[in-house]
This record gives sequence, structure tokens and C-alpha cells, in this order.
Amino acid sequence: MDKAIQDQIVGIISEKFESDVLSVEVPYGFLTINFAKEKIIDLIRYLYDHPVAKFRYLTTLCGIHYPDNKQIAVMYQLHNLVDNWRIRIKIFLPEDNPVTPTLTTIFAGANWMERETYDFFGVRFTGHPDLRRILNVEDMVIFPLRKDIPLEDQTREDKKDFMFGR
Amino acid sequence: MAEESIINTNQSVEEKKYTTLNLGPTHPATHGIFQNVLTVDGEIIINSEPTIGYIHRAFEKLAERRPFYQITPITDRLNYCSAPINNMGWHMTVEKLIGAEIPKRVDYMRVIIMELARISDHLICNAVIGVDTGALTGFVYLFQFRELIYEIYEEICGARLTTNIGRIGGFERDFNDKAWAKLHRFLKEYPEALKEFEKLVKRNRIFMDRTIGAGAISAERALAYSFSGPNLRATGVDYDVRVMNPYSSYEDFDFTIPVGLNGDTYDRFMVRQEEMWQSLSIIRQAIEKMPDGPHFSPNVPDFYLPPKEDVYNNMEALIYHFKIVMGETDVPKGEVYHCVEGGNGELGFYLISDGGRTPFRLHFRRPCFIYYQAYPEMIKGTNISDAILTMSSLNVIAGELDA
Repeated sequence: MDKAIQDQIVGIISEKFESDVLSVEVPYGFLTINFAKEKIIDLIRYLYDHPVAKFRYLTTLCGIHYPDNKQIAVMYQLHNLVDNWRIRIKIFLPEDNPVTPTLTTIFAGANWMERETYDFFGVRFTGHPDLRRILNVEDMVIFPLRKDIPLEDQTREDKKDFMFGR
Repeated sequence: MAEESIINTNQSVEEKKYTTLNLGPTHPATHGIFQNVLTVDGEIIINSEPTIGYIHRAFEKLAERRPFYQITPITDRLNYCSAPINNMGWHMTVEKLIGAEIPKRVDYMRVIIMELARISDHLICNAVIGVDTGALTGFVYLFQFRELIYEIYEEICGARLTTNIGRIGGFERDFNDKAWAKLHRFLKEYPEALKEFEKLVKRNRIFMDRTIGAGAISAERALAYSFSGPNLRATGVDYDVRVMNPYSSYEDFDFTIPVGLNGDTYDRFMVRQEEMWQSLSIIRQAIEKMPDGPHFSPNVPDFYLPPKEDVYNNMEALIYHFKIVMGETDVPKGEVYHCVEGGNGELGFYLISDGGRTPFRLHFRRPCFIYYQAYPEMIKGTNISDAILTMSSLNVIAGELDA
């Protein structure tokens, strides 16, 4: 995707959401927009309906934990299959209370992706039809992909040093 | 099975009770470990509730503790029917991040391996559709060629199923003569077997009656559910990553993207069948045009392990070897997304690097996980035997589903 098209897309977005665009980055040629969390669904709906932008395919959706900023980001990656344009939109939620509206109203496929994000990061998607854990066990109390959760289970007794004569 | 309805009663329709049927977690017809709790009225499915995650192995968390080259074996275990595609998708993601230039020969070698993997993936899927419709013969015919493909992998990298094939920056060694001989044998013998298989099932009345209309999904719904790969193409949308965002020199090859019309089991079968022919043609073109050159990129010594004799005789090679194995190489900061056309669709790697020895965050876009959520909608109102068929034609791979 070349520079002119990226500028065009940014233009389309700032036409309506001038004050909500936090910043625009292009890492490795991939247009990334950091956006205000309040209006994310409006933006995606607008890009879906827009006659030029036509971002009507949700490639993926995932969470990212930034412990330094005490933030959890949700990354939406959209694809315009007609012109082959891709865009990444990020919103930043507070770590202690990550709540954002669901995208299932626009893309049916967002259902499990949001469940996965809830499962691993604890992001609560309001209005989601069935927000339960999906890959982890139901009685898990932590959100394992957050950075403060260590990789190994700290309650395990069989991996203590004395078991290995240390 | 909790049989709640009573046959031959004079209860009125309002009091009719449905049966709850557990399909899975371990059921021979689901070809993997996942559960579906079906609510059935006789044989008609009223509702289904999929439960997944039985073989979840926390790959995304594991990846945050591993140096880049140690993540390749994790990717093997996503879609284990076409592990080399996952491996190379990951290598290409890292190469994109570190800005490595890859020689043409490596690209072509990768294309050969990836298309072989695609054939082995589609071969299993289509043969199993045959098995689920009651045609075991075709499966036995084709399966020996999957074995041959695995032997080719074995010649190239030493492993068969979880291949860990190639390296960041190229291949550990060039294809040897045995690999070439086996590849040529495959190209000679497989088309005949595939033709025979097609004769057996493609226009078979029983097979067609069984599969046409079973588990259909419209293009609109498929796009809303973010389908990709053969399942999306069966609905008539010609989205293929190899053409849309060519990687590994796919733009050099001449091939067509087959599409279906109705998005039913028969169309999915036919799309996969045609893709195998296209893959064979791509492999032939790659062999024909195979350029000379090194089998690895010489400009990424920080990532590509030096040859063993250099490690023992050359100071710098030893340093690089040590640095790579200990995972102490510096990587640039950045965010990359790279996608490849996997056996099941767009396999994406979203990698965030903070400059450390491991990824800060690695997210796999697993096509299986994304399209399997449409399964309840696809089987609603059909009978159980069609549901089994729909599942096998979607090619749901538990490893990719659960990560």
C-alpha cells in the first residue's frame, strides 16, 4: 500500500473523526491508527459503510498488554478486499478496568476473537452475546497473557529447587 | 446420550422434548479433540454449542519467553497437516522485521515445500471427506502419497510431521539428490493417483448426492465470519494471499485460483481438488525456473547459524553460533504483520518486538479458530451425518484451533 493511499485513508478518517485520532504510525509500511477508545465502533462502522474505504473484512483482533503505561490495547486489523488495503486500529484501555463495546454488531466473526481477548487479557466487551472463557478452563481466575502473570504456575510443588537437589 | 423423548406417545407437540447429544470431545468422526453439545430433534440439529480448548498449549505466552529461532517448533504444532507453511510464514515474518534480503533460490525452494505442504493438507482433507461419506478406498489410494511427501521433508530437514524446516534466512542445507529424486517421483506418480481418485468420487452419484448442499454458507456470511482460504473460495470469493499479497516470489508463477459457487461441502471438496492441481503446476514451474545461488541469505549472520566447519575453525562464526544459540541477538523494535496462505486460509503472524531477545507479543491469526465459529450456524437444521461431513470439509485442525 503506497503513501498516497495511506494519506487518502487517513483523510477519510479525519474527515469525520478529526479530534479522535491520537496518532498515525506506519511501521513496516502498515498503516496503524491509534484511536480514541470511546468512538471505536463508530469508526469501524464508518469505515465499513464508506463508499471508498470499504473495510469490510475483519482480519484479526487481539489484545496487547503494556505494563509500563498500565494499559491494555485492543488491536483491530481490517482489510478492504476490493482494493487490497489493510489497516490496523489500536485503542488503549486502562489496565484495571478494560471495558469496550463489542464488535459483533458489525462482524459476526468478532465473537470468538473477543472471547479470546477476554480470556487472555480480561477485556470486557459490553454487549457481547456470550462473553465466556474460550481456550482456558472456566474456573481460571487470572488473565494469563498479561505481563504480570509468570509463564510457569507458581503454585506447583513438583518443580521446586529441592526436588533437583539445589 | 440422554434419550429423553419417548417414541409412540400421544403427547402434544408443545410437550415435545429434544435430545441432548454430546459429539466429542473424543469422537472418531470429529478428527480432533473438541466437543459439540448438540440439541437434536430426532436427527435434525436444533442447536449446537461448541467447546474448544482441550489441547490449548499457551503458544502466545510461550513465545514471549523464547528467542526467535525457538518459536519455529511452536508453529509446527498449529496446523500440523501443513507444518512447513507455518514454519516459513514465521521465518518470513522475522525476515521482514530484521529486513533480510532473501535470495531467489531460497524463495523457490520455499515455494516447492509450501506447495507440497498444501497438497498434503488438501489430500488428507479430501480423502477424509471421502471416508466420511463411506468411500474408504480413495483415502488408502492417496495416503501413500502423503507418506512420500513426508519422505521428501525427511530428506530435507530430517523430520516428518513437526518439521521445523528451514531457518530464518534460508535453509540449513540445499536439497540433496535423494530429495530431488523423490520429488520427481512424486510429480510423476501423484497426478495419476489423483486422477484415479477423482474418477472414483468426483462425479460419483452417491458422493454428489451426499455432499451437494450439505453445510452450505453464503459469501456474505462467510465474509462476516472472516473466512479465508478454500472455505471462503468455495463460496465464490477469490481471495488468496498468494495473489493478493505475494510473498516468497509467488508473483513469478502462473496459476489460477479456483472458486466455488454455493459454499457447500461439494464446492469445498472441488476447490481443494483443483488447488492440488495448481500446486503441482507451481512446483513444476519452480523446478523449471530454479535459479542458482546460495540456499541461505548471506546478510543475516546474526540469525542464520554458520556452517559447522566454520564454527570450529573460524572465530567470528563461533561467536555468531554462540550468540544465536543463546538467543542473544539484537532485533529491531517494531511491529510487523505477515500473512501466508496456509492450508486453511490466511495464516497471520502479528509480531511486536521491543528490541529484546524474545517477542514482546506474538499473535497468531489462526484461520481455523476464526471460521470454526460459523459451524453452529452452518449445521443448524441439517442432520447429524451432514454435520460430520461439514466438519471434515471445513478441515478443522485441533492444533490450529486451540493454539
